[in-house]
Amino acid sequence: MKFLEKHLEDPVRFRRMKRWFYAGLAAAALSEFAIPRLFHAEPAKFWFEDLPAWESIYGLMSCVVIIEVSKLLGKLWLMRPENYYDS
Amino acid sequence: MTLEWVHPGLVLILGAWALPFLKGSTKRIAMVLLPASALLLCLRLEAGTYGAVHFMGQELVFGRVDRLSLVFSYVFALLTLVGMIYALHVDDDAQHMVALTYGGAALGATFAGDFLSLFVFSELMAVAAVLLVWLRRTPAAVSAGFRYLLLHMFGGLCLLGGAVLYWSQTGSLAFGDMSAYAGSAAFNLILMAFLLNAAVPPLGAWLPDAYPEATATGAVFLTAFTTKSAVYALIRGFAGTEMLIWWGAAMAVYGVVYAVLENDARRLLAYHIISQVGYMVCGVGIGTELALNGATAHAFSHILYKALLFMGAGAVLQMTGLRKLSDMGGLYKTMPLTLALYMVGAFAISAAPLFSGFVSKSMVVSSAAETDRAGIFLVLTLASSGTFLHTGLKLPYYMFFGKDRGLRAQEPPVNMLVAMGLAAAACILIGVFPALLYSQLPYLVDYAPYTTRHVFDTLGLLGFTALGFFMLLSHLDPESSVSLDTDWFYRRGLSAALPVVNRGLARLEGFVGQIYDVVMQRYVLRVAARLRHLDARVIDAAAVGIGGLTQTVSWGLRAMVTGNAQYYGLIMAAGVLAALALAVFLQ
Repeated sequence: MKFLEKHLEDPVRFRRMKRWFYAGLAAAALSEFAIPRLFHAEPAKFWFEDLPAWESIYGLMSCVVIIEVSKLLGKLWLMRPENYYDS
Repeated sequence: MTLEWVHPGLVLILGAWALPFLKGSTKRIAMVLLPASALLLCLRLEAGTYGAVHFMGQELVFGRVDRLSLVFSYVFALLTLVGMIYALHVDDDAQHMVALTYGGAALGATFAGDFLSLFVFSELMAVAAVLLVWLRRTPAAVSAGFRYLLLHMFGGLCLLGGAVLYWSQTGSLAFGDMSAYAGSAAFNLILMAFLLNAAVPPLGAWLPDAYPEATATGAVFLTAFTTKSAVYALIRGFAGTEMLIWWGAAMAVYGVVYAVLENDARRLLAYHIISQVGYMVCGVGIGTELALNGATAHAFSHILYKALLFMGAGAVLQMTGLRKLSDMGGLYKTMPLTLALYMVGAFAISAAPLFSGFVSKSMVVSSAAETDRAGIFLVLTLASSGTFLHTGLKLPYYMFFGKDRGLRAQEPPVNMLVAMGLAAAACILIGVFPALLYSQLPYLVDYAPYTTRHVFDTLGLLGFTALGFFMLLSHLDPESSVSLDTDWFYRRGLSAALPVVNRGLARLEGFVGQIYDVVMQRYVLRVAARLRHLDARVIDAAAVGIGGLTQTVSWGLRAMVTGNAQYYGLIMAAGVLAALALAVFLQ
């Protein structure tokens, strides 16, 4: 795993990798918007699917909502010290 | 049982007993050969009814072979094979025997055509599963195993009770579509038993409680059989049960929420079993051909990728002895193969294109769209994002990357890597050639997973989920904690209830004590004192008096008893004279 190690531990290479990641995201969002329109893909079932880059936005939203809501639930209610059931 | 019907499950259950008598490489060959022959037997089976047995006036069917049971039998047998290869290095006959029995029982439940044999095989599965937990031989495993057993015995009784009610209503034990009996007690009890086995909340807390406590190799079997044979039974009997749609969707999100909070690697994966089974339960509820095909296909690919994920986590557990994400990190440097194989499973569960989840999960999601259920569609898509977030990003990040904690664990033994490789190959094969799986599904498949829209939508969803993950990475650091779940009710709730119950009992005891005191002291003891008085004064005095009288008479009589014959003769003569005189005078 020398290849991964080099890219993760060298800050210059890591930054370059990060830029590629962002470029990939932009490409994904753009192609999600453009490609079904360019190639006359099958129509969407629901109206919201036709919003530009819908799944990308919904993915990001879902991820943030899941993390924040779960953490909130955890802190307020669900999380207990590790020896909770032993005491 | 004729020659063309040899029950594949029986091969495993009976074959397991040969293992303790074998040694070394012979044993290892048998460990592979047994599940391999079971798989071959399943593959050679033709649709039909085999192994019908008359028992106490009922017809029991051990071999209901149709497209639905066949596809489940293939994946159960295949997983038994993969799991046994993964466990080849383990020197513990008990574990191997139990694992084979577990696989055999799962096949038995799959081919069972009536409730009674289904019940017997379900109970056998429950016992085998609990043994796989206990064989870890730690105190935590033992108590988790007991809790598992408690819940599954309850589920088993629900199934048995429902089956008896069903039999009393219909006069038959045959297990088929139950929709005609919807709302009856039999329907509800049997449904509850299957929902418990499928780990549907609030009946599902046993799963993340027990699975992470099982042995590293045993957990692989656990992930596959119990929940998925419940899904099979739900597809068989409860397709189109409306209630399951939202229940399944809620379940898909529930698993994801708990996975955010989880620190134990295998418990995190266990919560994702619940989440994934949610898709299947939802598909069963929707009940169209596409949805049922989707539930079946998703169960098939789920068994393979989830086993692969558990094998990856098990390999790390075995090589480092660590189970908490907060203790791991930097393992990619020395376990790159494990990482690569794990990631295949992670992409498969996340439904990335070219992996198995992509072609199976989308069938369920599309069936929600097809039936105009926008809410379900959105919830299931949200859960997809959560799945990638945890199994594809959080777990590998903290396990293999993250902070390097100086762990230099080596790759696991070759057999473990081979088993993981087989499962990974299956995940990719199904993803690339979905027709392989689609051609085995119960209904004719008219569904194309690889449309431009679907592929690019998925890439966008996964990519931006990754963005969200890296943005919020600091919020995700695993914390040492346990999360409250419905197992609280029988782990803490009951002991919290005990003082209350005890207080009630104490009060009752005090009341009973008071009554006792009153009755005893006031009445019983007083009567006893009287009686004693009577005894002492009257009865004793009478006894003493009679004794004294007897003594006096005896003394008097003693004077007459001299032992001389002439006195006795004289007394006799006097007596005769007196009698004569009496007779004369009286006349």
